[in-house]
Amino acid sequence: MFSDYSLSELGAIFAMQGFAGLILFSVFVLMALGLAIIFGQMGVINMAHGEFMILGAYVTYLVSNAFAAYMPALFGAYFFVAMVLAFCASGLLGMAVEWAIIRHLYKRPLDTLLATWGLSLMLQQAFRSLFGAREVGVTIPDWMMGSMAVTDMIEVPINGIFVMVLALGISAAIYVMMYRSGWGRQVRAVTQNRVMAGAVGINTERTDRMTFGIGCGVAGVAGAAFTMIGSTGPTSGQAYIVDTFLVVVFGGAASLLGTIASAFSISQAQSILEFFLSGSMAKVITLLVVVGILMLRPQGLFAMKLRK
Amino acid sequence: MADKKTFPINPLSRRAILAGGAALGATLFLPKGLRAQDFPTDQVNTTGLAVTDDTVQVGILHSISGTMSISETGSVQAEKLAIEQINAQGGVLGRKIETIQEDGASDWPTFAEKARKLLVNDKVASVMGCWTSASRKAVLPVFEQYNGMLYYPTFYEGLEESPNVIYTGQEATQQIIAGLDWVAREKGAKSFYLLGSDYIWPRTSNKIARKHIEDKLGGKVLGEEYYPLGHTQFNSVINKIRLKKPDVIYAIVVGGSNVAFYKQLKAAGIDMTEEAPLLLTISVTEDEIRGIGGENIEGAYACMKYFQSLENENNREFVAAFKEMWGDDMVIGDVTQAAYLGPWLWKAAVEKAGSFDVDKVREASPGIELASAPEGYVKIHENHHLWSKTRVGHAKADGQYEVVFETGDLVEPDPFPEGYQ
Repeated sequence: MFSDYSLSELGAIFAMQGFAGLILFSVFVLMALGLAIIFGQMGVINMAHGEFMILGAYVTYLVSNAFAAYMPALFGAYFFVAMVLAFCASGLLGMAVEWAIIRHLYKRPLDTLLATWGLSLMLQQAFRSLFGAREVGVTIPDWMMGSMAVTDMIEVPINGIFVMVLALGISAAIYVMMYRSGWGRQVRAVTQNRVMAGAVGINTERTDRMTFGIGCGVAGVAGAAFTMIGSTGPTSGQAYIVDTFLVVVFGGAASLLGTIASAFSISQAQSILEFFLSGSMAKVITLLVVVGILMLRPQGLFAMKLRK
Repeated sequence: MADKKTFPINPLSRRAILAGGAALGATLFLPKGLRAQDFPTDQVNTTGLAVTDDTVQVGILHSISGTMSISETGSVQAEKLAIEQINAQGGVLGRKIETIQEDGASDWPTFAEKARKLLVNDKVASVMGCWTSASRKAVLPVFEQYNGMLYYPTFYEGLEESPNVIYTGQEATQQIIAGLDWVAREKGAKSFYLLGSDYIWPRTSNKIARKHIEDKLGGKVLGEEYYPLGHTQFNSVINKIRLKKPDVIYAIVVGGSNVAFYKQLKAAGIDMTEEAPLLLTISVTEDEIRGIGGENIEGAYACMKYFQSLENENNREFVAAFKEMWGDDMVIGDVTQAAYLGPWLWKAAVEKAGSFDVDKVREASPGIELASAPEGYVKIHENHHLWSKTRVGHAKADGQYEVVFETGDLVEPDPFPEGYQ
């Protein structure tokens, strides 16, 4: 299939295709980080993860409208305000949900699946009642749309770079919080042994609430970022949930490094296959490989060392 | 187009025109003032439908919850508008239409169940409803078993002709062929890249498109591929398109994927206003543009039968009435307009038949003409689809299309196109 093209054309295409894979990787990382915290650390199967993302997207929509109406001069910068507010909105809702529903279910982790699935339906209908059934169009500042011409042939989408930087930044922040801060130590202690953590004076309830809230908040930021590349509607979150769980489970539930490694391998596999096959087939083959590997390694790529 | 003489105005409405005298209003399809007492209930309803001396029950069956409510809301609004207008003019055979609305909830078995409820329990005289092909396929056995009448508004893949359905949208050839001819003739397009969401409508449509491009236009198809519904990453296919340099990207991407596709196309530096490559779609109406954002799709071409910007008296009145009823910020897409035709076509058929009986309405339907449809004159074909024009629109940044081409004649519906399967 490549015989018709010159070397420089091929080089350019492979460069752009590699970049497409990196963008997909960043998207997966953003999607999965929040869930990796909630599912990986707390063991809560949060089926409403997609809806927390879409809440962030709707916050972005509202902020963009507010800026367009009241501060058109600052419109180019609204996105940063939107991301902070999206984090707060999704985080607060997450904490409220933890308080109202999740904390009663820590001893019955499978039931969190049903409860959060119900929650996702409620949130979808709430979005529909508040914002209408139709998708809303979020206007993205001009400087974030369009592409950067690296050479004559290679063009790199600016929003892709933005998503990559954001994914890197949030990953770093979460790494510091989980592994370099007192709070992270508490979270890990509660995950490993709730009773003992309580006995040494950690407020386990507060730790749970903060953890769940931060996981949801990160989902909200991801949702805000995805207004640049996807749709914002009441049910848009459903498009992300399968991939998100796939990445987290494949990576090994309790490992952040695993999540990142799995996002990288799935995104590269999918993006390369998509180039040579049609989109549906690429997805099928990616899923088959993931299922195959999970059969051999049910604990995922990177698992916590356990004593059997 | 068939000779109009073969479809004489039926004697009943001619008599009514005389009786109704000057009561003809500007927007009327048929004269005002058909009086219920001229049509005794036991004569116009011999099959036990929900028809009384002053009312007739009609069902509306769309998804107002779930993922499809995005698309179906517009159809419900258009059908309610049409019914309100019909009632304001005195109803059907002198009887006011009362609607019973059911929610299909984007779930195909629910559609079938609600259809059964409407036909068996409510005994509605007709049903306006369904949107996706899957929901239509789910209710079809119910309508055929209980002999109901469904007015189905969406453009779809064809390959179906049920005695119990009137298809007010285009079947695939009506939507595809004229647009491809136009782009080959006016833009000199030779090579095409076909792209779609992975389900029956895009696949059937692309099959027809490919046959037409290769056999009739002598063009080349450089690629054809499908992405799962809800797919949000199109960077790889955009790179492929860049590599193969087609003259035309022929896109049938639907739903949320649509938004992702056009945003990423723009972000990748493919400016559709430069028309290199040109983008032609059959899946983006004004409704979808609201989610995509006009600035992201500016310059693309769409092939439809109706655009909100159509310049004619009927459409101006329709758009004004729609906005008055549902709000100024509403947009009206192709399917919404097709849904608006349903109640009017049913009314015309009932009045031509002089009866609400489904068998008589079916018999009266072929040949029904609607001179005042917003899209312009349409007529029901023997095969229960509509004769209608095909148009090409050019997307503008404000989310509206500018009509750049329309077929001179009505295009004949051909749900089982020979040589295209």
